Formats: sequence, C-alpha cells, structure tokens
Amino acid sequence: MGIEGIGARVLRKEDKRFITGQGRYTDDHKVAGMHYAAFVRSPHAHAKIKKINSKAANQMPGVVGVFDGKQLTGDGIGNIICGWMIHSKDGSPMNMGAWSALATEYVRYVGDAVAVVIAETLAEAKAAAEAVDVSYKVLKAVINAEDALKDGAPQLHPEAKNNTIFDWEIGDEAATDAAFKGAANVVEMDIRNNRLVPNAIEPRSALAEYDAAEDHFTLHTTSQNPHVARLVLSAFYQVAPENKLRVIAPDVGGGFGSKIYIYPEEIVCLWAAKKARVKAIKWTADRSEAFITDAHGRDHVSKAKMAFDADNRILGFKIDTIANIGAYMSLFSSSVPTYLYATLLSGQYNIANIHCNVRTVYTNTVPVDVYRGAGRPEAAFLVERMMETAARQLDVDPAELRRLNFVREFPHQTPVIFCYDAGDYETSLNAAMEAADYANFEKRRKRSARKGKLRGIGMSCYIEACGIAPSAAVGSLGAGVGLWESAEIRVNPVGTVEILTGSHSHGQGHETTFGQLVSDRFGLPSENVQVIHGDTDKVQFGMGTYGSRSGAVGMSAIEKALDKVEDKAKKIAAHMLEASEGDIEIKDGEVSVKGTDKKLLWHEVCLGAYTGHNLPEGMEPGLKEGAFYDPTNFTFPAGCYICEVEVDPDTGTTTIEQFVAADDFGKIINPMIVEGQVHGGVAQGIGQAMMENAEYDDSGQLISASYMDYTMPRADDLPSFKVSTTETLCPGNPLGMKGCGEAGAIGSPPAVINAITNAIGHNNLPMPASPHNVWAAVQAGE
Amino acid sequence: MAKVEMTVNGRMTSANVEDRTLLVDYLREEKNLTGTHVGCDTSQCGACVVHVDGKAVKSCTVLAVQAAGSDVRTIEGLAGDDQLHPMQEAFRNNHGLQCGFCTPGMIMSAVDMVNRLGPKLSEATIRAELEGNICRCTGYHNIVKSIAAGAKAMGKGMKKAAE
Amino acid sequence: MYDTTYTRAKDASDAAKKMRAAEDGQFIAGGHTLLPTMKQRLAAPSDLIDISHIKGMADISVSRKDVTIGAAATHASVANHSKLMKVCPSLCELASHIGDPAVRNRGTIGGSIANNDPAADYPAAMVALGATIVTNKRKIRADRFFTGMFETSLKEDEVIKAVTFKAPKSGAYAKFPNPASRYAMAGVYVADHGKKDIRVGVTGASSGGVYRAKNMEKALAKDFSADAIDGCKVDEGDMLSDIHGSAAYRANLVKVMAKRAIAAAG
Repeated sequence: MGIEGIGARVLRKEDKRFITGQGRYTDDHKVAGMHYAAFVRSPHAHAKIKKINSKAANQMPGVVGVFDGKQLTGDGIGNIICGWMIHSKDGSPMNMGAWSALATEYVRYVGDAVAVVIAETLAEAKAAAEAVDVSYKVLKAVINAEDALKDGAPQLHPEAKNNTIFDWEIGDEAATDAAFKGAANVVEMDIRNNRLVPNAIEPRSALAEYDAAEDHFTLHTTSQNPHVARLVLSAFYQVAPENKLRVIAPDVGGGFGSKIYIYPEEIVCLWAAKKARVKAIKWTADRSEAFITDAHGRDHVSKAKMAFDADNRILGFKIDTIANIGAYMSLFSSSVPTYLYATLLSGQYNIANIHCNVRTVYTNTVPVDVYRGAGRPEAAFLVERMMETAARQLDVDPAELRRLNFVREFPHQTPVIFCYDAGDYETSLNAAMEAADYANFEKRRKRSARKGKLRGIGMSCYIEACGIAPSAAVGSLGAGVGLWESAEIRVNPVGTVEILTGSHSHGQGHETTFGQLVSDRFGLPSENVQVIHGDTDKVQFGMGTYGSRSGAVGMSAIEKALDKVEDKAKKIAAHMLEASEGDIEIKDGEVSVKGTDKKLLWHEVCLGAYTGHNLPEGMEPGLKEGAFYDPTNFTFPAGCYICEVEVDPDTGTTTIEQFVAADDFGKIINPMIVEGQVHGGVAQGIGQAMMENAEYDDSGQLISASYMDYTMPRADDLPSFKVSTTETLCPGNPLGMKGCGEAGAIGSPPAVINAITNAIGHNNLPMPASPHNVWAAVQAGE
Repeated sequence: MAKVEMTVNGRMTSANVEDRTLLVDYLREEKNLTGTHVGCDTSQCGACVVHVDGKAVKSCTVLAVQAAGSDVRTIEGLAGDDQLHPMQEAFRNNHGLQCGFCTPGMIMSAVDMVNRLGPKLSEATIRAELEGNICRCTGYHNIVKSIAAGAKAMGKGMKKAAE
Repeated sequence: MYDTTYTRAKDASDAAKKMRAAEDGQFIAGGHTLLPTMKQRLAAPSDLIDISHIKGMADISVSRKDVTIGAAATHASVANHSKLMKVCPSLCELASHIGDPAVRNRGTIGGSIANNDPAADYPAAMVALGATIVTNKRKIRADRFFTGMFETSLKEDEVIKAVTFKAPKSGAYAKFPNPASRYAMAGVYVADHGKKDIRVGVTGASSGGVYRAKNMEKALAKDFSADAIDGCKVDEGDMLSDIHGSAAYRANLVKVMAKRAIAAAG
C-alpha cells in the first residue's frame, strides 16, 4: 500500500486551509456589485395569500427590487420537483402538489417563502422585507401525519386527496399473514421515529452572479451535488440552459443530506439577479432561518409485529408506517420512506415473509427529505427495537436471538428486493461484545445499583444499503436520474496528476483519500496529486455525494479511469523501452521492464505522451482518461453497536458509559477518516436517541427552532467511542468498498434506546430519551 | 456610523461602521478575515470565537464599537506566516476536523482553554470546557484528542520559553 | 438588528443622564442577553449606553466576610476571584457554570440580575445570600429587587453599580441545566447564614421567576440536612412547563437540586 496508498492513515491534505482560516465557503465569497436578498416568509402554517403590498418596501433605501411568486411563475420559472416517482399499490402515480419557489396562492408551512427583497446591503434588505405587507386568510393547519389522514383534516393540496401522496406496499401481504397464523409467539410494537433538523454548522448560502453581456449565470452554493443542481435548475426550473449556468460548490461546511436539494432560495437568487439587473445577489441563512427552511429528517410512525416459531426463529414481519413528508415533496422525499426504508426491513436476519405498507402524507410542516441515513435509520430502529423487545418477551438472550436468525449464506435474497452480497454478522457481534466486556455487565449493573443508579446495556445489529446505486435498478424503482459517477484522470506532462470527480467533499476528506488511489497505483507522493471537484466548469458531470456513495461509486469511477491511464502509460513505456506491454510494471514512480534493469521515470513516460515524439503507431498523444462507473448492486455495510448507560432516576439524566461500534465497511482506504465518519454518525444517532426533536405546537410553529431549544449533542454529552472494523469485501466494485458515512447514524439509535429501556426495565419510553422523558418513564412504570 | 479602531492580529485597523455592526462582521466584511464563521444566532455554536485582549469571546455577540481599542486575534493570526500553532497542528495530526466550519472557533477556544487551565487537561475537563462550541461532524472524539495533544505541545513550548 | 447609537458612559451619573436623553435607551455591559435579543429583532433600543468602562465598575472586593462585586464584573472574574473563593466558594462555583467559557468572559453579574431571566443563575444566589443591589439612586434588598419574570424594581435611569452581601457560613448551588440552552431548568442556592438563618433561592423553575423556598428554609432551620426537606411541597401549579419539562418534572427537580445543594453545603 505504501505510506500514502490504500489502507494508510494519511493525514488530510485539505486541513491546512481549514485550520488556518483559509477555507473558502460560499458566504466567504464577495464580488463587486453584490446585492443581498432577504426573504419574506409566512408566519402562518397554512393560509391563503390575500394581498402582497410591497409599495413601502420598494421605496426604502437601497432596495432595487421586491418580487413575489406571481412574477416568478410569470417569468416561466418551473415548480420544484420531486425526482423519484412512486406508484401506490393500486398502480396510480403519486399525488404531488405544486411547489413554487415563492408561494403564489397559499402558504403551507411557517417559513414558506412569499416574496424576496433585493437591496444594496443586508441590513437594508432585512428592513425592507419587514416592510412588505402580506395579508393572509389564515386556515386550519395539520401537523401530525396521523391527524392529516383523519376525516375533516385540513387539506393541503388539491392533487392529494386526504393529504395522501401515496399508499405503497412492499412484500407479499398474504404470505406474511399466513406466516403469522402459524406463529408460536407474536411481538407487537408501536414506534415513533422523531423528526430531526440536520443542522450542518455552515448555514445554507447562495451567491448568484449574472453576466448580462454573456447572458450567463454563476452560482456559488452550499451543495453536495453541484451538477445535479445545474441540471435541475436548467431542465426543470428553466433558470438558464446548462451551457449558460456554472454551479460551484466550494468548501461546504457539512451536509448530511440537507444540502442535496435545490432550494427556493437558490432559484430565486439566480432569477432575481437578472430580473433586478444587478451583478450578483447573496443570501445566507441565519440559523433561525435554517431551522424553518432546511429539509427535516425522519418523522415516521409505525405499527410493527414480528412472528416467531417455537424455536424463536422469525417467521414473518409486518409493518404499517405513516410518513410525514411536510408541506411539499422535496427532491428525494418520496424515496426515503419507500425504497431507502422498507427494503432494509429484513435487517441482518433470514426472514421469509415481510410486508410493509407505507402511507405518505402532507402536513403543514417543513418538507422532510434525506437526512444522514435516510430511511435506513428508520428501518434499523424498527428491526433492532423489535429484536431486543422480542428477546425480552421470549426470555432469551438478545445476542442469542440475533445469532439464531442471522443470514449466514451469501448471496442472500430478502423478500424486500435486496440481495445481500457479502457479510459476516456474527464476527461483528462477537467483536462488539468483546470490546464492551458484555460478559461482565451484571457486575457493573450491581455497582451502579449501589449508587442508586440504573444501568442498562443494549445492542443493535444494523444493516444498510449504500453505494447508491445501479442506474437501471433505481430507474425501474422510479428514480428520475441514473446514479452512476464519473471521473477523469489528467496526467500532466511533468507527471503530476489531477483527479476530477463528480463526487463532492463537504467534510469527507476526498482530497486525501481519492489521491491515495493514485499514490497506491503509481507510487506518487500525495503532493503530486490534486483532487478537483465541485465546479461544473471543471468537472464534466457527476451525481454528487450522499448515501455513502463516494467510495463505492465515486472511487470506483476513479479506479476505472486509472485502469485506462495505466494501460496507455504501459503501452507508451513498452514502445519507448522496446519491451512487451505485459512486462511493464509501474511502481514507486518508476516504469520498468520486469526482470531487467530497463526503466523510465514516471514523468518521462508522461512527457513522452505529450511530446508525441515517439508514440506507438496510431496512438493519440496525451495522457488523460475519463470513466463513468455504474455500480452492479447496492453495497451492504453492516455491524454491531453496543451502548451502555447509567440513568439517574431522580432527574432522568442518562450518561453513556460506553459506546462500542464494530463495523464491516469492506475495503478501507483510510482508517483514520473512516473512524471519523463513524464517530460523527454515532454522535448524530445518539443525538436522535437522546436529545434532538423538531417539535411543533398545534398551530404549526416550530418550537425547537434554535439551539436554545433544539438540543444539539455537545462534547460533554458524549463519551469517547470504541470503534473497530471487520472486513468482508464487497464483490460488487473493484475495490471491495461498502461505504461508511451513514452507518453510525443508522446503527446507534436502537442501541441507545435498547440500553435505556433495559436500564429502566420497560419499553414505555418515547424518543428522544431526554432527561424529562426518561424521568417520566421511570415514574410511570410499564 | 463611527470610526472604529482596533488591533487585529497585531496590526492597527480601522473602519467606518454602523454602531450595530457586530465584531464578526467587522472582521469578515470589513477586513476580509473570513476564517471566523457564523453558525448560529443565539451565541451557542462558537464558530465565531476570537480572542479579545487575550480572552476567548463570541464575536457574534460583541459590537465592533464595544471592541474598539482592543487587541483582537483571529484564527488567521494565531501563528506566524507559514507556521502552524501547536494547536492547529494537533487538530491536523489527530483528524480533529471534517468539514472545517467549526474548526477556527474550536481552535481559538482550545488555545484559550490551555491559556487558562494549563497544558494538562483531562478528557472530562476538555469536554466540559467545550460547552460553547458545537461540531456536527466529528462527534467530538478526535477534537478532544486533538486538544489534549495540542495542550501538551503548548506546554512543551511554554517550558522551553521559560528556560 | 435595527440601527442603534452606542455611547460609553464615564460614570454612573453620566450613564443615567445619557439614558434620560435617549428616546428608548438600554444599558449594556457584556451584552450577552441584549445583543442576541437585538439580533433576533426582538429589541430595538435607540441607544446603547455602555457602562462597562466606568471606573471601578468591574471591581470585586472582599473584606473579611463583606463582599462587593461591581456590576460589570464578568462571570469569569467572579468564578476565579481568589479572595471570593475563600469566603464564598459557592458563588464562584455558580459563576463558573454560567454559559460557556467565552460567554463568561463577557457576561456580567449586573446584566444578569437586571435582566432577571427566569432561568438565570445569579438571582437565586442574590436572594439566598441576602444581597443588596446598589444603584446610582439607592440600595435595594434582593428580595425586593426581583419582582417577576424579566421584571425588577429598577427605574428607567437607574444603573446597578454593585451587589454587596455578607458571605454565609456555608452555601452551595445545584443546577439542572436545560439540555439545549444549558440555562437552569432548576437551580437552587442554599445559604446558611448561621443562627438558624437559612435561605433557599430557586431559579429556572417557577413561572414567577426567582423565589425563596420558605418552607424549605423553615425545615432547614430546624435540621440542616437533605432529608429535612422531604416533607416540603413544591407547588406544581407555580412551575413552568415547556418542551423540556413538565411542571411536575420541574417541581421534582427543585426538590432534587435543593437536596444536592444542602448536601454540598453540608
């Protein structure tokens, strides 16, 4: 592997600029003639817009324009799309309501954008936004998904009767019902998966520039996928054709899914720059604005039951889920409670019969879409809470119940689409139990009891699907795009290498890990390798970074392009050295003929490619290759997490005494970075389990709308984590990688709740297990 | 509107700014020191931490006029040209950052922590002292390691200087 | 933030004069409550009169048991004051847990008590310590100073100069922080002034703001032990209730924190 190759703990190249304050995030960019946008937002969860009076605002100092939704749609700006078509079980397509970037007739959540003010300074824009007088006819709002389905509930969109977007199913219901008939035991649960706010610490931002002479736009934006942003802004929102729009996602301060989508603000800033005849418009969200405009995550309620035979083998699993999608369908919203969720309901277990029904509903809340894990945390939470609860009810050891039901032969076809390609769940389970000293837990429990504290332990054997995804497969399931990735390797005449990738790094360290592939292949030092990403003018196309796909898909594309570069370099070297191509070896920056002392330095071969003085007959000069990689299957990271807690029954305060993660991510390029991904994911999962909750009041105001009320995990809430990995190679991609970005957030919530419910002795505990909720659960008893 | 003068990273600076201008905006907008970030509007996240007269403060919760006459240090001025402060180095060596957005505030708070409490910091102390700095990427695990290592390195530097 | 005009006061009477001249003025010291409120556009003072540069305003003096803390003393300076630590360590301890280190470098005791946030820590200490609030006009007993949530008996042009108190025989503060904001959800300051004079200040929990738990004080005067307050009722009806905790939970926390403070005060 070399000191900078595959498997090495290479320190990050990108760090220098971040630790010295030289990072360049969107809001750090300034251009001459820059104006500012401030949005006028609905204070009501549901209302009809009666009138927008912007006369006073228009006359305020510095204001160059006040625009509303009628002007926006009048200019032909298209409605915001959802890119994944889901059909209900009756075959009808999903009932999608219209979403204009600025509301035209109705507002449907607090924060819905109604108008925008463009002014010379931010202060002027904000002052004028306050002066825009919007009169509303306030309508009844509905917040909870269950309530939205009730007769007489307020209706959000004429397209969606009873607020139902689709009523979808997966699996064989009749077979599953039959399996339950033969069951010795059935375990039932009601489970709510709390709504979260992603909270990347960099708030979203957009800087839209318009060059009137060229009729050309440039957008700097906080995006995980600038190429998708350009495609959608062009093809669907008609902001500008692709050749007239450059999208740059510079340094981005965390995404976690929330920066995948193309939000109203980017669309409006681009459109308004041209409309107001200004050179550029910048908008950056306040945190308060972020809370009510960034897509939220999760928010499922489910009824689940699992059937067991007399030997405790699982016979069937049946789930009925209602998913709250918020006021509008965001870009990938429909895929989350369907193909990213219900396809994982087999967990790590051999379950012959599964059926899941999902009703997805509109409510007067912020749109819900992908957030770290996206559907898979909801599935893992259901499966692993169910396994733990079943073990308690069946009176068997939770680890043994899991072992008994593990999938042990691969490939394994589940009844819910996925075919697991490789894994070894027992090895992860054993590793986690050993690291946690599971065997001696009872001793520790007694020690806690002597102090008046309740100690509990819980595990979670999660599986997830990432490396999203084979284009044909997702196409058949309704995706509007292919989910391949592209790469280009440019070898310069002096032998340095540029990797152009369609993946985007917003914390994942691609500038380091992607370079490791080149170091590994050609033995070049990392300073000779540059990763270029995030600019549609530089990289031809790409699908971006989400769903833990940059390794398994993005790096596979790089490997493919490197194969082509290596192939051509070898041909050139063979020609120059008068040897056979098959005998050429590239190692440590040298290109040699095996078994001889004939060799060239790497840069001599590269220079040869560009001088073109002595190339094989018919070969084009240059050394630059591109590749598109389309995966053959999803990848299936899996592992076992164990959480041990101590509860103070007097206050409900829960401290995490230890948290163990044993993951199988397949091949690992840089263990340091992988561990960091697990730490961060686990912290977000613990956040969901114990702290975070997007809470609305009945009128639709988000109450937990700042860090004063939305509990973000802080350093003193968390322990140091015990992280380890095991390895089964993924057979589906050239490197054997599975992906590691989301696992922590997927596997940890059930482990935490299993531990706390173990400590308090019953299951009657809502998530998040805040001090108040734990205290109330201890008080209430079972 | 007032003329505000303050020393920033060792240099005398001035600008005509409105009285309502926050220190963070003075630094970012007037002085183009964009290493200091804004991550919230309730003085909680700590992305904006700078040192004013040697003490860590949240520059989003101080007016530029309040800081007039002060000596301000930002992440850009923590170390000399082309050098890294031991705490910066420790963050890199211990993978104490991912997206990098909270990092300048983290490092400024970490240096302040060592200045106040000395170079020997327990894990519990570091975690408690980080109450005012929120990170969404790292789960704090490697930040805590980085600060412990950076503190130790600063301690060595202090000892050396004393000798 | 709305536009505003900032001036620095030379002394307390200058501050009062400037305030009288202002259309809708506000005193500012650390500004750690006021500025966030202004940023949210929830406050729009025409003038900010900075009192933190007034000479002596940030001084802390300790003479035997007599303590005087200048209104502009930061939480950090209270937390780390070595003489104060000797005579009244519980107040240093309280100050060392207000906000976070950066907040403690700016936030001041005067600002905290003038604002009387129902979740602020200092008010509990002030009533338990039997402190006196010294202004440019008069001296006000803490019991009379705090008049309700965000309400005090301060007049518009009245500037807090200092707080004074006699250090108790023993004391302790126990706080249960709000998991999100880290403000007190229940904070109880117990001070034993000797001769059966026990005072218990409670913050964070009550809808009326800081209060003295007189029933606990009585019980503790008889028997200064955690068990002594077992029979003391904390009225749920008076407690705040929000997404972080029901009134019943807060009532419970008041009791639990009181016990912890009593045990710590020993």
